[in-house]
Amino acid sequence: MSDVSDLVLETRNLVKHFPITQGIVVKSKVGAVRAVDGVDIQLRRGETLGIVGESGCGKSTLAKLLVGLEKPTSGEVMVRGENMTRLSGHSLRRARRNIQMVLQDPYTSLNPRMTVGDIIGEPFEIHPDAVPPAGAARAVQELLDLVGLNPDHINRYPHQFSGGQRQRIGIARALALRPEIIVCDEPVSALDVSIQAQVINLLERLQRELGLSYIFIAHDLSVVRHISDRVAVMYLGKIVETGYHMAIYEQPTHPYTQALLSAVPVPDPRLRGRRDHIVLDGDVPSPADPPSGCRFRTRCWKAQPYCADHEPLLQIRQRSTHPSACHYAEIRDVIHRY
Amino acid sequence: MIVVTDIQAQMDVLPGLDPRAPLLHVDDLHVEFRTRDGVAKAVNGAEFYLNPGETLALLGESGCGKSVTAQAVMGILDTPPAHITGGRVLYRGVDLLRLTEEDRRKVRANRIAMIFQDALSALNPVYSVGFQMAELFRKHRGMSRKDAKQRSIELLDQVRIPAARERINDYPHQFSGGMRQRVMIAMALALDPEVLIADEPTTALDVTVQAQIMGLLAELQRQRNMGLILITHDMGVVADVADRISIMYAGKVVEEAPVHEIYGRPAHPYTKALLESIPRLDLKGRQLNVIPGLPPALTDIPAGCPFRPRCGYARPVCGQQEPPAYRIAQHRIARCHFIREVLGV
Repeated sequence: MSDVSDLVLETRNLVKHFPITQGIVVKSKVGAVRAVDGVDIQLRRGETLGIVGESGCGKSTLAKLLVGLEKPTSGEVMVRGENMTRLSGHSLRRARRNIQMVLQDPYTSLNPRMTVGDIIGEPFEIHPDAVPPAGAARAVQELLDLVGLNPDHINRYPHQFSGGQRQRIGIARALALRPEIIVCDEPVSALDVSIQAQVINLLERLQRELGLSYIFIAHDLSVVRHISDRVAVMYLGKIVETGYHMAIYEQPTHPYTQALLSAVPVPDPRLRGRRDHIVLDGDVPSPADPPSGCRFRTRCWKAQPYCADHEPLLQIRQRSTHPSACHYAEIRDVIHRY
Repeated sequence: MIVVTDIQAQMDVLPGLDPRAPLLHVDDLHVEFRTRDGVAKAVNGAEFYLNPGETLALLGESGCGKSVTAQAVMGILDTPPAHITGGRVLYRGVDLLRLTEEDRRKVRANRIAMIFQDALSALNPVYSVGFQMAELFRKHRGMSRKDAKQRSIELLDQVRIPAARERINDYPHQFSGGMRQRVMIAMALALDPEVLIADEPTTALDVTVQAQIMGLLAELQRQRNMGLILITHDMGVVADVADRISIMYAGKVVEEAPVHEIYGRPAHPYTKALLESIPRLDLKGRQLNVIPGLPPALTDIPAGCPFRPRCGYARPVCGQQEPPAYRIAQHRIARCHFIREVLGV
């Protein structure tokens, strides 16, 4: 494929367990929510990796682990070959420059008492060597221009902007330190459809112009397909299937991916009643007590007794040309069967 | 049986009720919010109708007035600040806006019911689900506690809540999101309404759960031949379930059409732009079309066509003259001066 130096981000067996404790004075650990449970991802320069999954699958925890907002229970996050989990203090702060985050809700992720200039310029205060203080205002204005906002609005407050414009502010803040990697956690979910397209197009343009790599986390499979080169599907803290977008969307092999894709409504009434609908029973089990063996088996129509005892590894299989964590992986095109 | 005739008698009291009149007709509805910052015109002449057994989608972005319209139909707007300044809401020929509060209450839940987006905040957290459901039967139907509980269990069974008899005493927080939405549907259907208004019923849910809930709604609607108004911003969900679509923009229905016609041949520039701006699961590599700018502030809606500042087809006439509702085909209308150009004929 491409050579190793292209690899900008890699995780190795990344695990995050949140302890469940009992007692007030003497706390004892009675269990753990296994939010992220052994995740390996790789991201190359200029590439977008989409991560999809339903609420509670651990995708947002994964995002926090990647940018160092959470300490992993075990495993490694390698940014440009440097292990983020081993760093601390000054060297951690330096390494973090390279990986920034865009958050979901542009209403709560911007401080209402700070001006746009202060919000976007704050990274320069934390990293004074990035831009000399005298040039900070100039740099902020350039960033505003870059994301399509009026540079003269530097002294306005967040409430004076619309939702789409606020998300642009969030993106400008993430770009301030010229990172190579941006982790976008549901960046367009809170926006209306007509505004969503503006922000998606902006992210695509920035990627082309600045050579950025994106981790794009979302629950909307249509948006993820649009923007991603490769896609990883998560279920209960694990990646169950991963591959290029064509492989995942046109030739899904894991039953969960198939069910997820078949449930997404397509805006074309001609397909009504002609698509392959897989309706899953029940809800996602609790990540504090995931099923043994394959975690999806409690909702899977293909499950056999074997699945309860043997955890399927994420690997290329006989009937799956891309990695799939199912013993009975088999291609089933659920989008085009009409 | 006695209970049923009681209700029949009660409903006959509704003045002017004509069983042969159309099920629901919203006619030139105007709603405004009078606030300290000015008057926000949320609904400006909304117009649509609904037949029994039919699904009408009210589609639009935040602030287009779709939820306010639904709340006006239900009679649950907070007045003040909201004021209905004009129009009629005709249910079987009866103008609901002119009814006394007492008569209105008979219509609500009995004839027209509603489910909301966020089931957790729509249900009362300090009462068990069973109590909240039984209350409906006791207040509206005069049932005993025991009968009411029995009916509630049957209803929960109908919306396929597993082990309904055991779960009836659980509190809302003990249910998952999808299950809570099922409870809400059960409550809305408890008194056999003829019209169900679903305000973004699946927006807060995951896709696999969304598919379950939409399937359930469609099935219950078929069984009961109920009219369903589906309020949503999701053009995908609409394509799957709706019979007709009304697209709202700045408090008006700008286009209304049967679902099969609108996706292939939109007649209003806004509808067309919306369809071109959504990413699709089955297509990739297409550049997304962007609708420039923002929807107008409701306190300051531009003269003429409200979509004009964002519209690629706009000409000077659009700023002077508000486009009337042009009829394109039997069931199709669109409010645009340049329909022929948009349709490409």
